[in-house]
Amino acid sequence: MSTATAPTTLAEAVSSPAAPAAAGRVARLLRVRPLVAVLAAFAVAALWEAYKLLGPEQGWSLGETRLLPRTTAMAMPHTWDVAARLLEPVSGATGAEALWVAVLRAGASSAGIALTGWAIGVAVGAVLAVTMQRLRVVESAVLPLVVLSQTVPLIALAPLVRSWGSRLELGAVTWQPWMSVAVIASYLAFFPVAVGMLRGLQSPDTIHVELMRAYGAGWWTTLVALRLPAAVPHLLPALRLAAANAVVGTVVAEVATGLPGGLGRMILEFANFAASDPPKPWAPILGAVALGLLAAGLVALLGRALHRYRRTEVAS
Amino acid sequence: MTRSPVAGAARQVLPPVVLLAALLGAWHGAVVLGDVPPFVLPGPAAIGDQVVTYREAISSAALVTGRNAALGLLVGSVLGVLLAVVAAAVHLLDVLAEPVVAALAVVPIVALAPVLYAMYGAGSEQARVVVAALAVFVPVYVTTLRGLRQVRPVHRDLMAALAASRVQVARTVTIPTAVPFVFTGLRMASSLAVISAIVAEYFGGPRSGIGSFITTAAAGSNYAQAWAYVLGGIAVGLTFYAVTATAEHLATRRAGP
Amino acid sequence: MSTVQEHPTPAAHPRGATAVEIVGAGRVFGGRSAPVVALEDVDLTVAAGEFVSLIGPSGCGKSTLLRLVADLDQPTSGTVRVFGGSARDARLARDYGIAFQQAGLLPWRTVRANVELPLALAGTGRASRRERADELLAMVGLTEFAEHHPDQLSGGMQQRVAIARALADSPSLLLMDEPFGALDEMTREHLQAQLLRICAETRAAVVFVTHSIPEAVFLSDRVVVMSPRPGRIRQVVDVTLDRSGAATPGSGPHDDAGDDLRTDAAFVAAVAAVRTALHGGGTGPRGVDLR
Repeated sequence: MSTATAPTTLAEAVSSPAAPAAAGRVARLLRVRPLVAVLAAFAVAALWEAYKLLGPEQGWSLGETRLLPRTTAMAMPHTWDVAARLLEPVSGATGAEALWVAVLRAGASSAGIALTGWAIGVAVGAVLAVTMQRLRVVESAVLPLVVLSQTVPLIALAPLVRSWGSRLELGAVTWQPWMSVAVIASYLAFFPVAVGMLRGLQSPDTIHVELMRAYGAGWWTTLVALRLPAAVPHLLPALRLAAANAVVGTVVAEVATGLPGGLGRMILEFANFAASDPPKPWAPILGAVALGLLAAGLVALLGRALHRYRRTEVAS
Repeated sequence: MTRSPVAGAARQVLPPVVLLAALLGAWHGAVVLGDVPPFVLPGPAAIGDQVVTYREAISSAALVTGRNAALGLLVGSVLGVLLAVVAAAVHLLDVLAEPVVAALAVVPIVALAPVLYAMYGAGSEQARVVVAALAVFVPVYVTTLRGLRQVRPVHRDLMAALAASRVQVARTVTIPTAVPFVFTGLRMASSLAVISAIVAEYFGGPRSGIGSFITTAAAGSNYAQAWAYVLGGIAVGLTFYAVTATAEHLATRRAGP
Repeated sequence: MSTVQEHPTPAAHPRGATAVEIVGAGRVFGGRSAPVVALEDVDLTVAAGEFVSLIGPSGCGKSTLLRLVADLDQPTSGTVRVFGGSARDARLARDYGIAFQQAGLLPWRTVRANVELPLALAGTGRASRRERADELLAMVGLTEFAEHHPDQLSGGMQQRVAIARALADSPSLLLMDEPFGALDEMTREHLQAQLLRICAETRAAVVFVTHSIPEAVFLSDRVVVMSPRPGRIRQVVDVTLDRSGAATPGSGPHDDAGDDLRTDAAFVAAVAAVRTALHGGGTGPRGVDLR
């Protein structure tokens, strides 16, 4: 099948007429990813400013329902005001640190929790996947519930976890509130890993499995020598998704459990300044964006380390 | 071929149902036998009791949240499909949109809720719809764009050999190939829409949906009641998933080589 | 199997007796830095109604040559003319029917709707479309599968649907790129006999890519033997067989007439001639089915 289509795709790949020099230069520039990312960020900012300039002051409403947002300085601050605000102190209090430093501090706190949640989620997901691969009964019983678990907004439980946290004691270890947040984050993170890794473990062809059997390899050897390497291409997108989910889970759980110190709580607190200091609420949001990108970037680095197993990447 | 469809369905449905029942039984047993205080973990019986007591409040809250999620799903998926179609045709937009969408995919969109409340007014539900729509947009855009690129080389050759016009190619090959992908994106987006709509309620806005009642009940230490609202949210999520999964099943019946 | 024969659609050759005329055609892939010469200096003429096979080892450019004729790809040098006009005009005028190595059926359409596709795209009315599709399905023996979907058919049946689709517009030129490549020997011989019969009925010219020597000899008036790196025509072998028996439907399910032909002395001699041409004095070519 692939050999049959190869000439066709080769022919298509190279048969496009040579672009004129100028267009070729643009096309080459568009392949430089960091440059494109910066361009894209500017494009989004330009859209924001364009709507702010052209959009109606009070938004656009159909009857009682406001369909387009307001464009007042309070609702939509200028992008450059937001950028400038980052450099100013957090509050009017003397000796207050710069806003970006505060955001960085909160981001570091959230990042640590998200990393913990991600690690727990990956471990749980991996164990589930291996168990499901090993035992069909477990797969048929657990997999539907795993899928259901994500249609269920169990993140809604976050407010409850706070109360458990304050009352739970496990021997010598006192349950810390941040642990509740990490647990919620891991709940969102385990799902893509369980599903993606199971698919990866099941991906080797029958011919390879039979080859292992012909060599008298046991289940463990087959797992290590065949199934785990084969799972890598499926696992990497799953890990990326899990990282993104862990960040979302952390921020939301911080809000819901009221855990101080992180970005989630900061988003909620700074929302109160929407009227008096409109650019301020944007600072922790930008911090959350940066955290999400950082998480995805770290997983990409991990993928680079595993690159020899990535001959065929599978789209997430 | 020997087993009947009924037996096949039973084999599929039975294990998870048995496991779920066992989990509920263990939960109930632990609460009753372990004498767990309700503020730690209310038993299934107590929660069921609360569901019955507050069924009207729960269902009206579920309707509000469900409406927000449905509107978000509609707006987000329409935008996602439209933009994917444009991106498939206009290379520059595709290139510029890629990093934005990649960023949206890893960013906590619900974090935008507070500023959206500022933009739309704190008393309206619109901010929640927008949060759900943004969350939906990402998977729908990504899967649709992927679907639009899935046309097999042999089908493209065939269309060229038959001298088909652009419209004919779109109608006979490109769209039928992409549609199953759109529905897969919708299915993935459906639970995101519900979760985002609920979580957006944690960040403020009117006290009307499932999310806001969960926080209120939890703040008042009415844990069984909070769980009852959680069940309401679960029902909304499952409904959305079931509807979109059915649609996906219908759309993908004939897909594949 | 099928004994339907009521539809000889005599192909008109309004623009002269030459179906395909290739002069000095070359195709180079890749940029200036790493060019790959797929075809070099190919001259070939296919007369109207003639059956010509292209044979050679993998990478000899036979599929590329077919794609040039179909205007799915353009030569980097030389010219390709179809029915006296450019290959592009022939494609836009829907002058040829084409079958690929993969059946390439649209999975969401029924078998009948797949066969109707070329007619639907050409704007033929619903009734005549359906009538033509039913004729063709009868011809390839798939009448009872008209309402099935491709995923319910075996590979051989799918390939027959694809051939019916290629014939839908009654083209006076058929382009076939290893259409039987993925099929088992039995199905393959059966379809070869059917193809011969169809060609006798429709009098269409055929350019047929294959890497099976017996298949090429069995079907063709001329076998074009190609060599790789760069793709060139090494030799053209004329085949003169009396196909009057094979071109009529076999009396039994096994196409006895075809079997007779395959054991004929002239057939064996032509197979030997093509094999010698392929070997070209050197070591045996790879990727060629020498059965």
